[in-house]
Amino acid sequence: MFIIGNRVSFRLALNLISGLLLLSLALGAQATDELSQAAHKIDADMNFRLDKLVEKPTLRSDSNSTADHTKFEELKDPFMSGPEVTKACLKCHTEAGQQFMKNIHWTWSYENKKTGQLLGKKHLVNTFCTNSRGNEGMCAQCHAGYGWKDESFDFNNENNVDCVVCHDRTGTYYKTPPTKGNKSCSVMFEGKQPIQWSKVAQNVGLPARENCGGCHFYGGGGDGVKHGDLDSSLIHPNKELDVHMDEAGPNMACTNCHVTKKHVWAGSRYDVIAKDTEGTGKPGQRRDVATCESCHSASPHPVNSLASIKLNDHVDRVACQTCHIPTIARGGVATKTDWDWRTAGKTKDGEGYKEKNYTQGNGEHRATYKSIKGNFKYGENLVPHYGWFDGQMIYTTIDTKFDPASGPVDVNRYTGSADDENSRIWPFKQMHTFQPYDKGYNTLVYMHLWGEDQDAYWGNYDFGKAIKAGMEKNNLPYSGEYGFVETYSYWPITHMVAPKEDALSCDECHSKEGRLKDLEGFYLPGTSPDHGIGRWLDIIGLLALAGTLLGVLGHGLIRFVLNRARK
Amino acid sequence: MTLRRIMLFTRFERFWHWTQMVLIMILLFTGFSIHGFHDLLSFKTAVSWHTGSALILLLLWVFAIFWHITTGTWRHYVPTTNGLLKVAKFYAFGIFKGERHPYRKAYWRKHNPLQAISYLALKLFLFPAIWISGILYLLYSFWGGAESGDSLMWVAVIHTVFAFAIAAFVIIHIYLLTTGNSFKEHVMPMINGFDEVELSEAEEAYLEKDEPGHIQ
Repeated sequence: MFIIGNRVSFRLALNLISGLLLLSLALGAQATDELSQAAHKIDADMNFRLDKLVEKPTLRSDSNSTADHTKFEELKDPFMSGPEVTKACLKCHTEAGQQFMKNIHWTWSYENKKTGQLLGKKHLVNTFCTNSRGNEGMCAQCHAGYGWKDESFDFNNENNVDCVVCHDRTGTYYKTPPTKGNKSCSVMFEGKQPIQWSKVAQNVGLPARENCGGCHFYGGGGDGVKHGDLDSSLIHPNKELDVHMDEAGPNMACTNCHVTKKHVWAGSRYDVIAKDTEGTGKPGQRRDVATCESCHSASPHPVNSLASIKLNDHVDRVACQTCHIPTIARGGVATKTDWDWRTAGKTKDGEGYKEKNYTQGNGEHRATYKSIKGNFKYGENLVPHYGWFDGQMIYTTIDTKFDPASGPVDVNRYTGSADDENSRIWPFKQMHTFQPYDKGYNTLVYMHLWGEDQDAYWGNYDFGKAIKAGMEKNNLPYSGEYGFVETYSYWPITHMVAPKEDALSCDECHSKEGRLKDLEGFYLPGTSPDHGIGRWLDIIGLLALAGTLLGVLGHGLIRFVLNRARK
Repeated sequence: MTLRRIMLFTRFERFWHWTQMVLIMILLFTGFSIHGFHDLLSFKTAVSWHTGSALILLLLWVFAIFWHITTGTWRHYVPTTNGLLKVAKFYAFGIFKGERHPYRKAYWRKHNPLQAISYLALKLFLFPAIWISGILYLLYSFWGGAESGDSLMWVAVIHTVFAFAIAAFVIIHIYLLTTGNSFKEHVMPMINGFDEVELSEAEEAYLEKDEPGHIQ
């Protein structure tokens, strides 16, 4: 009895202690919430998820882990930094570090074997903030590592890998830019609660949408800016927005399609499989592709009507995405469609400012002008741009010379055509930009945007200095004279797959003013030939029909008149 | 020779004719929609109805060809120049002067020479052309591909050219129904099957004895 009674009181005490602990935790969470809201108010437009807490972490419904990380002694240390956590992770996951260091999330570098072009964020110039190279102090907040500030970063130290940015399941982990930057920028990242490293380390799991989305939803400098089919609305999507990720339905995570082999992911826009003829493959899941066909097969429509049979005839020439993603940016978050760097640098009382004249579907206001970046335009429920795509992208890299007089420059250009059997019609988000270039050498430029120094554009608003510093830092020639060039970039669309009821109707393409009216090199039924012999035969046919009608009417009229005359 | 009302268009022939009429009308309407001449139908509806009707029509033709061969009815369509010119002259001139039609229907020759040659051309040339090009169009994915270039356009255009010809045939066909004493009198044989035909004594005797239901 005595023993039992003692045990009861002990349990009571334990309950009390844990209750108090929970209360304090809840209060702490509230405090951090308020803090994040305060940070939010400073600049709602920046809103990187990495930078704030996830209010409601998603649940991965497919976890089948055999380990409970809260029970590991190794994870109970009072960790003070990320690399310490990583070291603990690697004690058990012995190969994970070396495996991860081969992948593009770490290298930020990709050599396209077919074109020989060196791609990846480490090298490319884009049509948004233009270059992460040289701006790692800001941009590397999305590098899956700790502390990439400049050239001195050690890419061979596996303790620098950031495991928890992908595996944190508490929603409390965040990343800020590796360096402070100019004061006009650094203020956005101040005043945060310290990361509770042990809590995060003990609550790891398979990455969910908010983990991947922490960076991928915010590409290009803000929510939904870059892709149009990837934004924060996909953290808790409904069926209409994404039939696979639908939280009340399949609730799929990114890695359900982007399957993983030893920390290397399938599905990259640097090497797109534009046409997958292998389908589901042999029994067992294919681990090397993220294509629709790898689950839905190469004849995905049920053979239950003439129309469905005909739909299966389309898959050799039309990507699934073309019909099944009717529009992009459907979740209430806008995507950027135009960016004009020419107007950047205006100040009020010597200070940079913002104008927020766009209100997106979810009610948030988006900047239409920022001194640090220029003017923007946004789009929601956007009809994508369509083109024949063989999976290959050709990039205008930093060393590509172009002729600015011969029209806009495609910073990335998709290849493919109707007469290539490996091409299919794909949807793209098209981005239109005016961005700085080297007027003397006719190349794109690296700009030095981020830094505490006098040369950083985000501080001095001086393109000349920023470009000079950006090029010098990378030992690249700069003529000393910059101008602005009109550019386009293209982002293959593959997310925000709508429920089948919302797939495009046939008429969206098979009609005169259909979505594919600008595509050439093939005949599209429903559009009638608009040129050449086909057009002429149509005209002759219609004239012949009219002639026949007039002929019989004339014949009848003569009969009628002569008959009456006879009577 | 006596003029008698006899069963000239048996039940199957009438069924074939009217089913074909309905299907061709659907095919013309949906086909011109698919070709982009009008947008009264959604593309999906137009293609589904067009394909479905075409498949039914092909099946009907299989039966019709079988029927022509087994019943010997094909003989009505054997071309002849005998009287062809007379009939042509009638439609070009005589009809305006109130002349009588020069042709007399016979038990085994129910079409005038111009009719026979027109129907023969329709059956041997236009119909095969439309269904061969149509099947090619329908089965595009089996033969077409990236290298086939403009060929689908050509198939579509040729298919449409023959559709125009059939539409022209329909117009003339309907107009000619008005050239008799009355439109109704011309249409009725295809509804109840009976028409006035000059019979030989042997034919009359045969029908009265062996096919009493086919002679009135």
